[in-house]
Amino acid sequence: MNVAKRTFDAVIVGAGGAGLRAALQLSEAGLKTAVLTKVFPTRSHTVAAQGGVAASLGNSTEDNWHWHMYDTVKGSDWLGDQDAIEFMVRKANEVVIELEHYGMPFDRTDNGKIYQRPFGGHSMNYGQAPVMRSCAAADRTGHAMLHALYQRNVRANTQFFVEWMALDLIRNSEGDVLGVTAIEMETGEVSIFHAKATIFATGGAGRIYYSSTNAFINTGDGVGMAARSGIPLEDMEFWQFHPTGVAGAGVLITEGVRGEGGILRNASGERFMERYAPNLKDLASRDVVSRSMVTEINEGRGCGPDKDHVLLDITHLSPETIMKRLPGIREISIQFAGVDPIKAPIPVVPTCHYQMGGIPTNYKGQVVAPKNGDANVPVAGFYAAGECACASVHGANRLGTNSLLDLLVFGKSAGETVVEDFKSGNLVLKPLPADAADVSLARINRLETQTGGSEVHDVRLAMQRTMQKHAGVFRFKELLQQGVTSILEVAEQAKVTQIADKSKVWNTARTEALELDNLIEVAKATMISAEARKESRGAHVRDDAPDTAEHPNGRDDQNWLKHTLWYSEGNRLDYKPVNLKPLSADVEPIALAKRTY
Amino acid sequence: MSKRTVQFKIYRYDPDKDAQPYMQDISVELEASDKKLLDAIVRLKTKDDSLSFRRSCREGVCGSDAMNINGKNGLACLTDIDKLAQPITLRPLPGLPVIRDLIVDMTQFFKQYHSIKPYLVNNDPAPERERLQTPEDREELNGLYECILCACCSTSCPSFWWNPDKFVGPAGLLAAYRFLADTRDQATNERLDNLEDPYRLFRCHTIMNCVDVCPKSLNPTRAIGKIKDMMVRRAV
Repeated sequence: MNVAKRTFDAVIVGAGGAGLRAALQLSEAGLKTAVLTKVFPTRSHTVAAQGGVAASLGNSTEDNWHWHMYDTVKGSDWLGDQDAIEFMVRKANEVVIELEHYGMPFDRTDNGKIYQRPFGGHSMNYGQAPVMRSCAAADRTGHAMLHALYQRNVRANTQFFVEWMALDLIRNSEGDVLGVTAIEMETGEVSIFHAKATIFATGGAGRIYYSSTNAFINTGDGVGMAARSGIPLEDMEFWQFHPTGVAGAGVLITEGVRGEGGILRNASGERFMERYAPNLKDLASRDVVSRSMVTEINEGRGCGPDKDHVLLDITHLSPETIMKRLPGIREISIQFAGVDPIKAPIPVVPTCHYQMGGIPTNYKGQVVAPKNGDANVPVAGFYAAGECACASVHGANRLGTNSLLDLLVFGKSAGETVVEDFKSGNLVLKPLPADAADVSLARINRLETQTGGSEVHDVRLAMQRTMQKHAGVFRFKELLQQGVTSILEVAEQAKVTQIADKSKVWNTARTEALELDNLIEVAKATMISAEARKESRGAHVRDDAPDTAEHPNGRDDQNWLKHTLWYSEGNRLDYKPVNLKPLSADVEPIALAKRTY
Repeated sequence: MSKRTVQFKIYRYDPDKDAQPYMQDISVELEASDKKLLDAIVRLKTKDDSLSFRRSCREGVCGSDAMNINGKNGLACLTDIDKLAQPITLRPLPGLPVIRDLIVDMTQFFKQYHSIKPYLVNNDPAPERERLQTPEDREELNGLYECILCACCSTSCPSFWWNPDKFVGPAGLLAAYRFLADTRDQATNERLDNLEDPYRLFRCHTIMNCVDVCPKSLNPTRAIGKIKDMMVRRAV
């Protein structure tokens, strides 16, 4: 097969929030940049973010970055790296103000400033009361942000390769990253994108679960590519289950609904969060709210004929508030729950939403991996940002609105690092190995010729059912052990997928088969990392690590205050320390404590 | 809704093997949980993996799965399957070149969107904080900024069918007015100059198909009217 070669200063894979923010940095600095994206940029999943982006602007209530940092570290259950967290919260105002200057249509306060609403786990004065920190454009913040970022890239003349799917990372014998291979969906042709710098901004992989708020395209492509090429994946056992997915449909209902005053109720109409989180109640951290909901359902207080969901009630809000602040939610609720939330509460269940772990990076956006006894050695030429990366700012549980902040701050930071490395002459075009495209061509060729194998949708469904059953909101020792066996069996099936469609042109069967290769890496990493972590922390809560005096909330800092690293080869696990030291001397480390809300 | 079988008539064309397009009659048994047209065609694809269409968010915000459904443009993910007359006829969006099956080449559509300079222009030095905007001024952007670029409107517009290279089309003009209406934008005159042309703006004959099909209930015709008003006011 003929493989075209294209050469750039930098190649960015993914055109969601993180990719577009990084692209802007490179385009405006004059680097020759290619942005590869499976979908037209404004169709990336950032578009579905609803409630807001965190920044301690203090437009409606007093606020400062110290409080935001405390909330984020506590929310992470102390697994987040405090240097990266300090970096993120201190950059928040800058990146949000920039977006406003790019034209993002934020809602406004009466005095014309950016409108901010309360959100889960965000507090004033170190946990005392909710704070208004979430900068919002109605309940369409991600849409407004993604379009503003795309529009700014149009202005900057960024070069996009739309509907190109990256296939594999290209590394040389030293392990340096030299670019990617990619397939043009319209023609089926494979090309090499040879670059001095490669930035992954490929998003999450929520489609490993059966019930997910995530788009079809969220198949962990970058995470899978990194894993297959020998990069370890960090903290993949930590997945966020968003408390309020529409029951049955999985579509997201923003936490901003509770930020605007929405209340969760059980079958008897009780506001049950008062029992689980007496202080922040419905605005406790997402892991806490999701577990409380599942406990209500498991103990027979769920709603509906099957007692399998709870209700999100905003009928006490004025129709004007709902129409002004939550218009998209009303549409979604009518479309997917058949309920007008002005008149009746919305049926909701915890639904897989966000991948806290990912490709390990530092706060500069450089991908890091262990080498010669040092846990965090940058991989030359390789950068990552957004949901695919693990900086790690979210640790064991992400706060709502910190994901849009993450992609802005670290998208920009990765871009800045590449520009600096480029200008200082640290980035050079290293020679491509002769076999640079061989792995990708072999994958394509196998799909051309595979017979007697398994159907892509069957294998995908088996994976999703396995993840849902064995690695859900609550985790159980035996289920996790069985889950490891099951997912490894599914992974064997994924090696022999077959497709009937052999067309070169826009072959979506082939795309889905290639995506499954990425999903399965993420699923294995998740199950194996989760089985191994013998404590409860943040979103990872297991039955054999209960709340005791010695281990509050089941957390075991003595043995498990460390990041997991999973290597695809041999399913090997390694660990590295959590950075408990902030970046600067302006703030003391946030001391370990039991999480309560 | 329980299990039921649904009949389809689907436009099929694979340039790799078909000399010309054809309509395929096909049926699929749906599960109780299949509620939207997208659910049905995703299930159909498990029977015939060669059926090609775009899809992503499945909640009406990414704009991928626009198609012509029983003669009217819409998003598959927001269309209730059980409310459609059978056989459900699916065709690619009209007026754009077909690449394969339900996938059209949207180059011309995006070219028109890009032609209106879809970004905020403000040449004042950037202030340290946000540029202020009153809630009332911000409300002027409602009904404009929510566009998802699905192309349902432009590909239902006869003026766009006839002159896709010259007429900006409803989606592009809605975006143009989104920036004209933004108090932070300083390029009003340049934007109006850019549209003052027998084709770019004035090929809109208020047929209003765009309003009829918009899955986000937006009103490009009204936005076009407001641009025309601005031109008149500028002229006097």
